[in-house]
Amino acid sequence: MSGQFLLDGQAVPFDDGQTILEAARAAGHYIPHLCWHPDFPPHGSCKLCIVKVGGRHVSSCALQAADGMEVDSSSAEIRGERRTLLQMLFVEGNHFCPSCEKSGNCELQAQAYEHEMMSARFAYLFPLRPVDASHPDILLDFNRCIFCELCVRASRDVDGKSVFALTNRGIHKHLVVNAESGRLADTDFSVDDLAANICPVGVILKKRSGFKVPIGERKYDAQPISRVSLEDES
Amino acid sequence: MEVAKTVRKVVARHAGVTTRLLQILIEVQDELSWLPPAALSCIAQALKLPRARVDGVAGFYSLLYRRPVGCYRILFSDNITDRMLGAPALMQALCTALWVERGKVSEDGLVSIDTTSCTGLCDQGPALLVNGLAIGRLDAARIDTIAGLVRGRTPLADWPRELFQIDDNIRRRGPLLDTEVPPGAALAAALKLGREGWLAELRASGLRGRGGAGFATARKWDACRAAPGAEKVVVCNADEGEPGTFKDRVLLTRFADRVFEGMTLAAWTIGARLGLMYLRGEYRHLLRPLHEVLARRRAVGLLGAGILGEAGFDFDIDIHLGAGAYVCGEETALLESLEGKRGTPRIRPPFPVTQGYLGRPTVVNNVETLAAVALIALRGGADYAARGTASSSGTKLLSISGDCAFPGVYEYPFGVTVAEVLADCGARDTHAVQVGGASGVTLAGDEFGRRIGFEDVPSAGAFMVFNRSRDAFDIAHNFVDFFAHESCGFCTPCRIGTVLLKGYMDKLASGYGAKVDLADIEWLERLLKNASHCGLGSSAPNAVVDTLLKFRPAYERRLQSLEFEPAFDLDQALARARQMTGRDDPGAHLETLREDTT
Ligand SMILES: Cc1cc2nc3c(=O)[nH]c(=O)nc-3n(C[C@H](O)[C@H](O)[C@H](O)COP(=O)(O)O)c2cc1C
Ligand code: SF4
Ligand code: SF4
Ligand code: FES
Repeated sequence: MSGQFLLDGQAVPFDDGQTILEAARAAGHYIPHLCWHPDFPPHGSCKLCIVKVGGRHVSSCALQAADGMEVDSSSAEIRGERRTLLQMLFVEGNHFCPSCEKSGNCELQAQAYEHEMMSARFAYLFPLRPVDASHPDILLDFNRCIFCELCVRASRDVDGKSVFALTNRGIHKHLVVNAESGRLADTDFSVDDLAANICPVGVILKKRSGFKVPIGERKYDAQPISRVSLEDES
Repeated sequence: MEVAKTVRKVVARHAGVTTRLLQILIEVQDELSWLPPAALSCIAQALKLPRARVDGVAGFYSLLYRRPVGCYRILFSDNITDRMLGAPALMQALCTALWVERGKVSEDGLVSIDTTSCTGLCDQGPALLVNGLAIGRLDAARIDTIAGLVRGRTPLADWPRELFQIDDNIRRRGPLLDTEVPPGAALAAALKLGREGWLAELRASGLRGRGGAGFATARKWDACRAAPGAEKVVVCNADEGEPGTFKDRVLLTRFADRVFEGMTLAAWTIGARLGLMYLRGEYRHLLRPLHEVLARRRAVGLLGAGILGEAGFDFDIDIHLGAGAYVCGEETALLESLEGKRGTPRIRPPFPVTQGYLGRPTVVNNVETLAAVALIALRGGADYAARGTASSSGTKLLSISGDCAFPGVYEYPFGVTVAEVLADCGARDTHAVQVGGASGVTLAGDEFGRRIGFEDVPSAGAFMVFNRSRDAFDIAHNFVDFFAHESCGFCTPCRIGTVLLKGYMDKLASGYGAKVDLADIEWLERLLKNASHCGLGSSAPNAVVDTLLKFRPAYERRLQSLEFEPAFDLDQALARARQMTGRDDPGAHLETLREDTT
């Protein structure tokens, strides 16, 4: 079975089982996302992909498309809410973009540009999150984690290692690595793992390769993420 | 090594099954008083799980400790009703008596004292938990006694029994609390009707879930019965974490047979062999009596193989303990917790009726819903529907607490007005009523003519009364703290939004609020409501929304200016330095310094 729905007034066809976000992408329409990844099942945590269907907010990465749906993804209300979610993520962590190796390649930063986020709006929480530089090839800077769990999922479901997991709850939630010492060096993590190459922000960084591509020539420097993201796939 | 031996013993007790992880963590902590890093490693090894996952589960539940705690771990219930009954002062008194700072372990490692979310003893508060066991009706004398017992290192087993006495306080009975249901009678009545006939009765009763969402019970069971999959499951939600709610505690104390009978009826209806009850950790004192009831039912053939002599009617019930996580009352978080994971709500759909516990079709029902089901089987659907209103049939248990003469459990037909309830419980000079707990509705005086029911004021059971001496802002502030503490942290809006909201409420409370803060609060409320992943986040701002609307002066009184005001207080910033240097003289305060120089 298949059908079509309306995305901001434009007809989008879908196949049975496709989510709103997947069908939209296939038809060349971008819906912003952070925790969603084409190679993994939907996660549903960042909520950047919220859209309005029949007056209700839903996560477009997780909800299957249905015939005749009317989806609002770009009204001022939805864009404003997405901007606030980004502002929340910025104040939750410690994001000093100018000194971050991920700057220009970072999806969070790119989304902030995409959504014209001019200030953080809320009071910074300034959490204390020590970095872990113990591993010979990888640096972990937890200050920038947005809890998309892509590293958790990649390590568990693809690398078969479960190097990462989340612990604690609420605002105290944080990543832990799979070692009693709490040090990445004491796990079987390797620079070739998918988990080492999937972080959308600047947490999991390769040593000795910093700034090889200069700022200004990076992924989102010339084009907005809405364009880059769709090109990536095609 | 003691740790390894303990872990081996506990893991063996649970046959090394990974879905038992939370139960294993609880029992290992029972023996070691906390969960040292080596214990988590041993558990991971024994269950062949990644250590990080075990750490992740241990870190999720607030009654599990990965840092040393006192031999006596004392947690004061921090619901608004406990506070109104003087809990903060009593906690301070105990801290002073035992020479310990709140949130810290005493230097001799003897005791640690802190707060915890509502423990469900609001009708007999203030309350606390000592090593997980509940003590209510705290007053200065009881605090003295407890201090003495702790100082004397009296083993918990030797503490006076009456300290742990918990009252039922049933004040008003209707059919649910008044009808005798001899064990097995409801089952036998349903069996006689056959499944179709019985489901028709259940449909006719119009019963809707008592856990909050009010989903029609017959529809839920029908859907689960029709769902493909042979190994279906019945789950009883006894998490009762909503602040101000304690009626399930009373049902489990006095009418456990009826609740288990309701679960067994569900099993027969949908074709399940496995039943699980998820009991909140705070109700741990009920665990042994509940197991005794289960044993009795097994002994008389009401559980086990061939129940009531019916071939193929095989069903048994196990009880899982929670460990301090309100979100685990949300049915999909509860299922995750039952599977031995962090209590993070799942993406829905799929709903539990098609993919629940371990992916199997599962019915999740509230304690009271299941007790009502047994009554319906015995007396018929029409009899049940004769009470209540058209869209809310039958009766509802209310847990009444706060400023009233007779707190306790009341059974009312749906449709009762708030004013009638207030009159019955001896409430006078009532300023506000919080119906449905922290996630419910705040009602002001001109709304007391409204009716309890799904069509007007829905309630999962809490009914907290506030008289004119109370401040609506304090009520909302308490609830905002609660949600920030209980957010599971899965989704962005709730994880961060609840903390930001708390920040604004703290700012207002300390007198630094400005009008722009109210606008920010309103914007956060909308985002929480719209974008949250589960009902916790979307209902977190309810009390603020309601009180801002109905008790706005309580907020505006706290505004220092109508324009911008920084949250930063220079003098307050010196507090830490004052504490470290042991100074508190005028020269150590900015305000006084400033005065001196002018
Ligand atoms: C944050 C949250 C907490 C909840 N806590 C409880 C609870 O403690 N007990 C309960 O029965 N239902 C609770 N619920 C509702 C359950 O998700 C579910 O709807 C209910 O158990 C279904 O049973 P019922 O149909 O018999 O009401 C909670 C829901 C949310 C969103
Ligand atoms: S470290 Fe990166 S990939 Fe992992 S959860 Fe945090 S942001 Fe996501
Ligand atoms: S709304 Fe809150 S409790 Fe619910 S999933 Fe999101 S973070 Fe967790
Ligand atoms: S992309 Fe849908 S919730 Fe993150």
